[in-house]
Amino acid sequence: MPNAGTLTINKLNKHYRVKDKNLHILDNVSLSIRPGEFVSIVGSSGCGKSTLLRLIIGLEADYQGDILLDGKPISGTSLDRGIVFQEHRLFPWLTVEQNVGLALENSTLPVEEKRRSIQEHIELVGLRGFEKAYPHQLSGGMSQRVAIARGLVNRPEILLLDEPFGALDAMTKYKLQNELQHIWETEGITMILVTHDVEEAIYLGDRVVIMEPRPGRIKRILPVDLPRPRNRLDLEFVRLKEEILGEFGIDHQAEAEVLAA
Amino acid sequence: MASLKDKLPAIDPRGFVLPLLLIVVWQAVTSSGWVDTRIIVPPSAVLTAGWKWLNSGLALESIAASLFRDASGFVLGAAAGITIGLLFGTSKLVNNVFGPTFHILKHISIFAWIPLLSAFFGRDDLAKIIFIAFATLYPVALATLEGVRSIARNQYEVADVYGFTPRQALFRLILPAASPQIITGLHLGLIFAWLATMGAEFLLASTGEGLGMTVIRGRAAFRVDLIIFGMLIIGTFGMLLNELATRAETRLLHWRGHAR
Repeated sequence: MPNAGTLTINKLNKHYRVKDKNLHILDNVSLSIRPGEFVSIVGSSGCGKSTLLRLIIGLEADYQGDILLDGKPISGTSLDRGIVFQEHRLFPWLTVEQNVGLALENSTLPVEEKRRSIQEHIELVGLRGFEKAYPHQLSGGMSQRVAIARGLVNRPEILLLDEPFGALDAMTKYKLQNELQHIWETEGITMILVTHDVEEAIYLGDRVVIMEPRPGRIKRILPVDLPRPRNRLDLEFVRLKEEILGEFGIDHQAEAEVLAA
Repeated sequence: MASLKDKLPAIDPRGFVLPLLLIVVWQAVTSSGWVDTRIIVPPSAVLTAGWKWLNSGLALESIAASLFRDASGFVLGAAAGITIGLLFGTSKLVNNVFGPTFHILKHISIFAWIPLLSAFFGRDDLAKIIFIAFATLYPVALATLEGVRSIARNQYEVADVYGFTPRQALFRLILPAASPQIITGLHLGLIFAWLATMGAEFLLASTGEGLGMTVIRGRAAFRVDLIIFGMLIIGTFGMLLNELATRAETRLLHWRGHAR
């Protein structure tokens, strides 16, 4: 079993300076994530959820407060933290296996080990037989699978997912959600998913963190005590969904009106 | 295994009509006695002169000398062009300090460099090669710069996430990502280099051999047949170089698929 990371975020604040104006992006965000936990973060756009992920992965700096992985403050990017972006961000000039191999470019594993790991992860995301394909030959869903394999191949302690299924059609999305859950169960690593899809957040998360904007902060954290795999039509599932939508000021009545419109 | 026939592009025979017609008219006019055949030589004379020249041993020497200048200048200019493009594209400092000078210099027609080049380097091969390198440098540098600038921040972030060193970023991201533009620039550079090879041989004419010099000497000796044959050979090699570049381009950029 790979080592899963414990992430501790303590009183995290982030500001952007735009033309002498100070924008408060994250306000006192504190969150503790257990090793092997799956945490979903939902919020409307502008609530700072993507900035939070970018801080954890190390693509953004200049923050106040602490971000600790296994007790050590993070600084910059590191191979112990992986990420899957909303767009697959594959390199079009590399084949599937070369793209996955990018993540092992700076790994200390022996070559043979690397090759095995790449093959294993291509199979894990169901792309056996596509090793030599180029991104232009893949569908959006397949490309995102490659991105997931790339995110996992160096066995990070924690995998960050920034709206990874946001650009996919509904059927592909359901399928990939199931597969991601399966991968999370087999790999046993910590995962943090940022999404604006409440159903996705409940379906996958051990806990759902609800964020609100201006400045971005945590409004509420809800545990999801439902056995997996979850049934989206289960009463408790639906009740949770309504409760979370309620936090965004969308009650059932209003939603029904939106749907009717 | 694809046969040679499959690899060659299909040619519409209608494309041959105009050139053949011209040759027929040309031959008819020259055999009719209406024109001075010392100025308008018959096509048969061009072929005879060409055949003699090809068999003289001078032809091979000329072609080899021209191709050597072309290749040396191209390689030198391409290497410098890619380096300059990369430096300008990746370093704000280099771009801010040298950019304005570079962009002003590029407006000086390359032929305007000839007097200066011959003042510094004489009229030997060195001067010619430097001139050809100059002609290659600009299209390659500008295309490389454009290629590097077109790389999305998204892709740099991927390199950052996987802890790429600057060297890895260069070889794993920047060069391949900019390669479509770089290769287009090299293709253009190859055409420019061949034109510049002829330009150098005309304008920096010296003893020694070369296709351009053969044509120049043909003019000096009033051998229109040799001039025309030289032109045909120059055009043929230009076309061959272009074809070579097109094939290399298709092969190197196969990852883009057929869509583009």
